[in-house]
Amino acid sequence: MSAGFVLDAVVAALLVAVATGAIAARTAFAAVVAFVAYGLVLALAWVRLAAVDVALTEAAVGALTGVLLLAAAARLRPSEAAAESELPSAGLRAAAALLCAVVAAGLAAVVLAAAEPAPTLAPLAAQQLPATDLGNPVTAALLAWRAIDTLLEKVVLLAGLLGVWSLAPDRLWGGRPGAALRARGAALRAPRDGALGLLARLLPPIGIVVGVYLVWTAADHPGGAFQGSTILAAMWVLARMAGFVDAPAVSDRRLRAALVAGPLAFFAVGLLGFAWADGFLAYPDGWAKPLIVAIEVPMTISVAATLALLLAGPPARGPESRG
Amino acid sequence: MSAATLYGLCAALLAALGLYGFVVQPHPLRKIVAFNVFGGGVFVVFGVAARRGAAAGFAADPVPHAMVITGIVVAFVSTALAVALLLRLHAETGRASLRLDEPGADERGDGA
Repeated sequence: MSAGFVLDAVVAALLVAVATGAIAARTAFAAVVAFVAYGLVLALAWVRLAAVDVALTEAAVGALTGVLLLAAAARLRPSEAAAESELPSAGLRAAAALLCAVVAAGLAAVVLAAAEPAPTLAPLAAQQLPATDLGNPVTAALLAWRAIDTLLEKVVLLAGLLGVWSLAPDRLWGGRPGAALRARGAALRAPRDGALGLLARLLPPIGIVVGVYLVWTAADHPGGAFQGSTILAAMWVLARMAGFVDAPAVSDRRLRAALVAGPLAFFAVGLLGFAWADGFLAYPDGWAKPLIVAIEVPMTISVAATLALLLAGPPARGPESRG
Repeated sequence: MSAATLYGLCAALLAALGLYGFVVQPHPLRKIVAFNVFGGGVFVVFGVAARRGAAAGFAADPVPHAMVITGIVVAFVSTALAVALLLRLHAETGRASLRLDEPGADERGDGA
């Protein structure tokens, strides 16, 4: 048994343990803490599965999900006691466990009885990669071969944000998300001290460099616009939690422009494909790399803004509190 | 047993655990967490298929990786929307429950 397999066995056992914690913990807060650990161990599993790009995404997005869920768990703590009385009866729980065991057995059978040789698009990817001028096949899949998926996913991001915003009461529409900074107006002069204030001063310069690097390097190495923009969004969230910056009003025109810049650039490049190449989202020979950069830069800004605002939630203060 | 098979069996367990929590846990936030555990398991099944597809000098098939990355981001958006819905429900009714009004409860509901 090789050392690598022992490591894999430990990672797999840890995954099951923290997933059990996330399901069976007594309080929602403890469940969310276990879920954050689950995201981190899952990122390790992705590295072991030779999926470094996915591991970066899981680690970065997992951190944002953790912040989102922790904040919700704190707000919803008073409602937990009432929910306990709604726990299904032991018989129903046993039936659910049995059916879930059937699902697990079915998935395990699929894994164990997988086709030989395994179906794969890797040879096709290797053959087509030179035409994109990229070195990272995952980036090529995201932005060239399966670009339509990525474009639609950006639209889903915006649709999700619109859904969150639409939960604001009418009188707050156009306002700013989140609670007011402790002393409005004085916030920028007196930001929070302590560990949070220190981290919010130290980390963003590093995080911004790492985020931009991940976007730039994705052409040839693991990284990408999602991963980079997730880190950029996390830096803004950190600065906001420490009280250095306030969330923008959702009616802000510059904010709206930043949100749609990425999808619009993507769509424009896609339409150019009709004139220059074979059709929607096709790149002319030799132009793939510059066009992909032209999509990725506005996309990074849009995705970072969308993710950060998804975390901030619907407008919670009316437009009159602007300024 | 290969590492890919090991992770595949682990993913089957994770999906089942998440599904169980989603069905059994009454609190909506716990359901959201459980659904994300379930999603993680499903993604890993896909990752195992990609790892088994190693060929042509690549350690894994890159196309499923791209799809999982898209899936992770969409899962985050869905989670953010679900949490926002839940917080609004809680702000409106003071409760966080998916149960309809209890049988025999007052017509106007007991949530306000």
